[in-house]
Amino acid sequence: MQRFKQVAMLIAGGLIAISLLLYVINQPAPIDLFLIIATIFTGIPILYYALQALRLKLMSIDLLVAIAMIGALFIGEYVESSVVGFLFLFGSYLESRTLAKTRSSIQALLAIAPEVAVVLKDQQEVTVPINEVEKGDIIVVKSGGKVPVDGEVTAGDALMNEAMMTGESIPVDKVIGDNVFSGTMVDQGYIRVKATKVGAATAFSQIIELVEEAQDQKSKTERFLDRFSQFYTPAVVVLALVVYLVTRNIHLSITFLVIACPGALVIGAPVSNVSGIGNGAKNGVLLKGGDVIDRFNKARTFVFDKTGTLTKGKPKVVALKSIGDATDWLKAVAELEHQSEHHLARAIVEKAEQTYTLETETLDVEIIKGQGLTGINKDERYLIGNRRLLEQNAVTLPEALEAQAVEAEGNGQTVIFVVKEAIVLGFIVIADEIRPEAKQALFALKQLGAEHLVMLTGDNKKTANFVAKSLGIADVRAELSPKDKLTAIRDLQEAGESVVMVGDGVNDAPALALSDIGVAMGLSGTDVAIETADVVAMNDRLDQLVHAFRLSKQTVRNRTENIIIALLTVFFLLIGVLNGKIHLASGMFVHEASVLIVILNGMRLLKYKPRR
Amino acid sequence: MEQVKLQLEQLGCPSCVKKIEAGVQKQSGVESVEVLFNSSKAKVSFDEEKTSVDQIKAVIEKLGYAVKA
Repeated sequence: MQRFKQVAMLIAGGLIAISLLLYVINQPAPIDLFLIIATIFTGIPILYYALQALRLKLMSIDLLVAIAMIGALFIGEYVESSVVGFLFLFGSYLESRTLAKTRSSIQALLAIAPEVAVVLKDQQEVTVPINEVEKGDIIVVKSGGKVPVDGEVTAGDALMNEAMMTGESIPVDKVIGDNVFSGTMVDQGYIRVKATKVGAATAFSQIIELVEEAQDQKSKTERFLDRFSQFYTPAVVVLALVVYLVTRNIHLSITFLVIACPGALVIGAPVSNVSGIGNGAKNGVLLKGGDVIDRFNKARTFVFDKTGTLTKGKPKVVALKSIGDATDWLKAVAELEHQSEHHLARAIVEKAEQTYTLETETLDVEIIKGQGLTGINKDERYLIGNRRLLEQNAVTLPEALEAQAVEAEGNGQTVIFVVKEAIVLGFIVIADEIRPEAKQALFALKQLGAEHLVMLTGDNKKTANFVAKSLGIADVRAELSPKDKLTAIRDLQEAGESVVMVGDGVNDAPALALSDIGVAMGLSGTDVAIETADVVAMNDRLDQLVHAFRLSKQTVRNRTENIIIALLTVFFLLIGVLNGKIHLASGMFVHEASVLIVILNGMRLLKYKPRR
Repeated sequence: MEQVKLQLEQLGCPSCVKKIEAGVQKQSGVESVEVLFNSSKAKVSFDEEKTSVDQIKAVIEKLGYAVKA
């Protein structure tokens, strides 16, 4: 029937054009016959769909148009009946073409999905269809190839383009032990991947599924319009009948039927949502549906988890202070720390490896819990640790270092002192670095209307205050247990604020679920995070949060524009009809034009770009 | 209880959604049906003893919509 619709449209279009030509050159020909044939051709599919719906006790737009066409035939207005039929089919053809464009972002995602995989079997590379790949298979991916599974790199290394997962086009380096995702591409290099997730279980498939469901999850406005149109269409039929009974004018009442079609009103809101969500997916932001967009748009209160969200979540050496200028003691210190598994020790080793090649022989080291360690390297005895370690060993800190150490500690940073043969050499400052984009992102959020920024953390007050001060967050709540965090969010909600919670997903899952809008940063905690959150910033960057916020505002604005366009169209059409300026065919034309305008307006959202 | 996701032809208007949902729901053995307008998919869960995927497909086809997969 779909194909017949197009054929009927073309035949009717041709017949109408011929009739017009014959009329212009004043040829005596059976013009009316041509037009009646055109009406019948276009009428068949319209009536077919109208009756299908009616059988299910639903009144559709097709029904309004079908009645109008039959009415026009009845009163001998063949031009009107054929033109209305043609315009309606042509309009719905254009609609589905443009609608397909608003859905293009998901199609583009689907096109990314690889269809075959090169599997290593008995040292032979075999190309198999993607659905035959099993968990545990070793997959070979070469330059320009796509990873067909989620898995772990077991050999080789490569520069990978992960844009389809994260929206980030700068290639990242992947080596043995790193995780790679289905749909990402090897820019340069060669890797072997052990499949851990295949088929529908991959993060990529789940994202597609989520975006699809999100685009169809209706907003409150849409649900209202849906309910509205259920009563609206039958009401229009009744009203048209009333118009006829009052005026005894068939022409006026069938015109009324056509212009009252709720087309633009019904399609306007979903088109905005689909485009907005599609734009997000393209830029590494998942917005889970129209409702989420509504709530996000209205949010004024943003609550951030500190560690891993505002900071990188990984301790790093941020400064080295020395009695002299030299910090070459770092090599010896790192070799000793190499024996320890403590996460601060790892930070020191990482820092030293940037400058030195460490010797990895086993050294004699004694770990002193809660203080640090002591050990011998190159026949010299070192003490490496905090103030308590100094006190226990009766080492006094030179005054020059004391002031600097106190300042770092005041900022909540961790200070590790280095003592060689009872002489203080200097100290190492370790801190959890603030994300480089954090400050700008928070500033942008404030400008967009986030009035109340809150930071929640389990960390100590000093560290919390330092981070908050650097980022311009006034409301800081430190030393909280996970349960305290929930209480804090509930308190804000009880004060009437709608709360956006931004966390890294894994340990914040309950807070994400409780808040009005949960934003999960990154795909690291994939399953739990993506499921509980309302918004996912796939690339774990705070500027994606800003884009998501801006996009939700833009989408709501676009939707409002569409509803206004639709209502204004109906209003002006009504006035035109009452003044006798608008007739059946011109009414249909304006109606179809308004539908196309709201779709095109919605498509503008697809092009909306994130600002960096 | 079985669940399938059918890919339909591109749906043009939101009213098609209601038509298909109402039509499939009437089929005996169908527990629930949800038509996704934008991805043009129908999610149906049904009792495999009372009806089958092919029967559900037939219902949708009869309403005038092609089922692709």
